[in-house]
Amino acid sequence: MLQVVCVKQVADTETRVKVAADGKSLDPAGVTWILNPYDEFALEQALSIREKQGSGEVVVISLGGAGVQSTLRSALAMGADRAIHVRADRPCDSLGVARALAAEIAPLKPDMVWLGRQAVDDDAAQVGPMLAELLELPGVTMVAHFELDGSKAVVEREIEGGREVVEVTLPALFTTDKGLNQPRYASLKGIMAAKKKPIDEKPAAPAEPVLEVVSLELPPPRGAGRIVGQGVAAIPDLIRALREEAKVI
Amino acid sequence: MSILAFIEQRNGQVRPVSREVLGEATRLAEKLGGPVVGVCVAASDPGLAGLGEAGATRVLLAKHEAFAQYDAAGYARAVVAAVEAVKPAVLLFGATAIGKDLAPRVAARLGVGLANDCTALSAEGGKLIATRPVFAGKANLKLAFPRIPAIASLRPRAFAAVTRNGSAAAVEPLAFAYDAQASRARVTRLAASAGGKADLTESEVIVSGGRGLKGPENFKVIEELAEALGATVGASRAVVDAGWRPHSDQVGQTGKTVSPKLYVAVGISGAIQHLAGMSSSRCIVAINKDPEAPIFKVADYGLVGDLFEVVPALTKAVKELNEKSG
Repeated sequence: MLQVVCVKQVADTETRVKVAADGKSLDPAGVTWILNPYDEFALEQALSIREKQGSGEVVVISLGGAGVQSTLRSALAMGADRAIHVRADRPCDSLGVARALAAEIAPLKPDMVWLGRQAVDDDAAQVGPMLAELLELPGVTMVAHFELDGSKAVVEREIEGGREVVEVTLPALFTTDKGLNQPRYASLKGIMAAKKKPIDEKPAAPAEPVLEVVSLELPPPRGAGRIVGQGVAAIPDLIRALREEAKVI
Repeated sequence: MSILAFIEQRNGQVRPVSREVLGEATRLAEKLGGPVVGVCVAASDPGLAGLGEAGATRVLLAKHEAFAQYDAAGYARAVVAAVEAVKPAVLLFGATAIGKDLAPRVAARLGVGLANDCTALSAEGGKLIATRPVFAGKANLKLAFPRIPAIASLRPRAFAAVTRNGSAAAVEPLAFAYDAQASRARVTRLAASAGGKADLTESEVIVSGGRGLKGPENFKVIEELAEALGATVGASRAVVDAGWRPHSDQVGQTGKTVSPKLYVAVGISGAIQHLAGMSSSRCIVAINKDPEAPIFKVADYGLVGDLFEVVPALTKAVKELNEKSG
């Protein structure tokens, strides 16, 4: 079974966002780059399926500049067999990413394609479902529970106030939610082995943008609040503030 | 040019977010030109004529028995058929579990741009500009659309519905081709979450607990306060990672971004990734024993104290208030 896992390099969630001089992008100074946390669930699921089946290949793929190779190495260290780096030195919109990934993934004819439910930088949550359409694969987003039964998968996705249970015939695409599994840490042996695993670099075909960034701005800071008081004695003041000032209860 | 609004239904009920979408479509139509047209994908008419009051002049209904449950591929094809019929300048969705799954598929099929989970839309020079939070709300991204239709999904509770007196919306059948081969992912059943509680993203009031609770069993005090306030229970990443609460309760950068009327943070210190997910709440109350906790920097009202004393007393006070006014 061939599984493809799409991964993205993102700024760490502890990052304090600063806007770059162009007024349109994140200032990369001092940013720690990590594998998108939701993609770790995708990779873990693919690796555990390969292990359970005792055979098969897990290919990780990422689009971006030269820097993304360190993220691909992290994925290889976790246990992926090989990597494809779709080289794109300029940022592109979600449809551009999905098209570039689809062009590389389609010829591989994978049984399953995995992505995180969204990247924690742009929070767009688009590439997964777009890729499902472009690859003409059935796709389920935000998968929180997964069971494989031969060529059929039974998965659950969270919806407002409940869960949908979805049956899918492979080949198929899934985007993963937190809670699906517990991603492994790369072992020292894994890190050493990753150095010898191949990363195949290919240029992304130029894409015509379908979105144009006007600006990236920091939200206005919240006005400073106040400490109402200490302990139980402050509750009447808190209730009064919520009723009379904020008018929320 | 018209504005096309996706009308989301589940179990034969139009979802509240669809009225918000129609409300924003109505405001946009005043600047960009109208009319406002709806498209609904369903097994039967969920009462679409009534959406005239919410701003729709007509609603196209793509009806098929397979649409009793969400069918991603089938829905996407039906919405694309509506776009081809209506040729709108703008297509809007609610940013729900269905909307966020469906909108990218439609955008991919049409080869146009999508701004997901927007918190504001505007029209500049006759063109749509979408504002959407990124980095879970640490920054806002403004986007323009070189192609039409411009597609945006709107964050629930971020846009107001409108009420129009007058005529019912005209409900018209939409012609589309259903391809069973494309719909290979099938929803077989719905499993309700514990207590069938409301989703955090749709809640007016949220009470969240963190590490300060000391253990999962102590969330009882949070649940009791939530019940008194008519609130939904949320949680910090720390307690979700510790397995005290399910991930569906998590507020923050790897959980949900919420904008309730009132957010009460109990025993949550306020890690940056948590603050990102809740700082667009209208009013924030923090209860924490550490007066230096970062949560107090974003809170409108802070109360320093032992939550095991303060929260039950607050619950009691809220209940008394409810009795007095109820």
